[in-house]
Amino acid sequence: MEEKILVETKYFKLNKPIKLECQRELEDIQVAYETYGELNENKDNAILILHALTADAHAAHYHIKEDKKPGWWDTMIGDGKAFDTKRFFVICSNVLGGCKGTTGPSSINPKTGKEYALDFPVITVGDMIKVQKELIDYLGVKKLIVVGGSMGGMQALEWSIVYPQMVKSTIIIACTPRLTAQGIAFNAVGRNAIISDKNFNNGNYYHGEHPEQGLSIARMVGHITYLCEEAMHNKFGRDFKDKPSFDFGVDFQVESYLEHQGRIFVDRFDANSYLYITKAVDYYDPARKYGSLENAFKDTNSRFLIISFTSDWLFSTQQAKIMVEALVKADKEVSFVELKSSCGHDAFLIEWEKQTKIIESFLKG
Amino acid sequence: MLNYNAIVKLVKENSKILDLGCGSGALFKMLVDKKNVKGVGVEIDENCVIEALEKGLSVIQGDLDEGLKQFPDKSFDYAILNQTLQSTNNPELVIDEMLRVAKRSIVSFPNFAYWKVRFYLFFKGKMPKSKALPYEWYNTPNIHLLTVNDFFEFCKKRNIKIEESVYLTRKKARSGILIRTITNFFSEEVVFVISK
Repeated sequence: MEEKILVETKYFKLNKPIKLECQRELEDIQVAYETYGELNENKDNAILILHALTADAHAAHYHIKEDKKPGWWDTMIGDGKAFDTKRFFVICSNVLGGCKGTTGPSSINPKTGKEYALDFPVITVGDMIKVQKELIDYLGVKKLIVVGGSMGGMQALEWSIVYPQMVKSTIIIACTPRLTAQGIAFNAVGRNAIISDKNFNNGNYYHGEHPEQGLSIARMVGHITYLCEEAMHNKFGRDFKDKPSFDFGVDFQVESYLEHQGRIFVDRFDANSYLYITKAVDYYDPARKYGSLENAFKDTNSRFLIISFTSDWLFSTQQAKIMVEALVKADKEVSFVELKSSCGHDAFLIEWEKQTKIIESFLKG
Repeated sequence: MLNYNAIVKLVKENSKILDLGCGSGALFKMLVDKKNVKGVGVEIDENCVIEALEKGLSVIQGDLDEGLKQFPDKSFDYAILNQTLQSTNNPELVIDEMLRVAKRSIVSFPNFAYWKVRFYLFFKGKMPKSKALPYEWYNTPNIHLLTVNDFFEFCKKRNIKIEESVYLTRKKARSGILIRTITNFFSEEVVFVISK
């Protein structure tokens, strides 16, 4: 068996407050991050990995030898992999508003000595990357490649627009430049489930029962959108767990799966973070901010690679093509690939072999 | 390679090109190296897209038969359709779209009126096969084969201007329109520069 490479999550504290898009200032921001590989002398071989909705800074390798699972994108990051750590200095940090080491609603508000809860300002994708920029400067990186799937793709997109002098290449996977009404609707159901949980207590639940029921329902809804009909059919079909129970417990395999996903999620995620981060995703819309997407891309200096998956109906090929079209119109270097997959939106985490081929070629070229 | 060279000759330096059905990007790369062109390729096959990406080219995976609506009017100096016209479902749409998005379009195709093709059909009584037409009737992607005369007629009907033409035999490339009947007989492949 291959020997496990160990890595630890590090923490960086910003020494100045950050002015957020909502006009409020946030102080004492901490960022959890991991790095793999070495920064070169020119400080231009960095790849910033941007994570999706509920992931964290632990993108690759293992924390301890006993860990069963490596980081969430370990199939793509490492020696000889798509993001080759022999060649690149790979960085991943937890997003602002998260609950995995970076400042978020579950962090202690220095002014009150208590958790922020809903006093935490509403953050945007733009705010997330502003904080990441501080980390990148602290690490001494001058030029970088930005990569992300799903919400990570939105952050990559935003990086290319806001820091055009730093971003050489942008890889956007299973992403959209703005969530559809349908996507916002699903997020709204998730947030409603959390807010209406009897334990929610206006976000102040940190010292009592957590709104686990609501958060797990939110996660179940999320999981439905990450799969697709074909994937669900292949995974579960109409199989019963056992046999019809003639009550309202968990009968079908698919129910059992959703319940399991909901249950394990509440142990690793904060309900308030879920509210804040889904809101940031809903708000993201560079076309609205800059007048048009084409206009948003006007000053970018990056090469773009956009990847979509055939069965992803949440962040569909059609939406990926909106970005391609705008980049073409803005006269930017853009490549686009639609990969065949039956895994739905989750494909960006699963179909690593195909993505590796495409990304390796793009990074080689 | 003769048609590659002919196309490279026709393209002006530093142009912006759209290479439709670019395959693994061999012609596109040649144009980048020899004429310093910029631009993008369109290709339907995933493996070809990967090969083209490896060459450092920009490629958009897509189907020509769905049109080129992501490209604005006259946004390229040249749209190139090399040996692909005869395998599109809707050649009319593809040519219309090329003329819309590019100032000039370069179209090349195997000439079905080439004397060897004619003789093959005449003497063997079977669908012609050759280096330019290597497939069997049942698996050929070439569903809209045409001749030099057909193309002239097509352009005349639609007021498409033929600006330049190159006729290729196995060994030679000739420019300019000679006597059309003779050209139609002796050219194995043809390259046209058209505009509207």
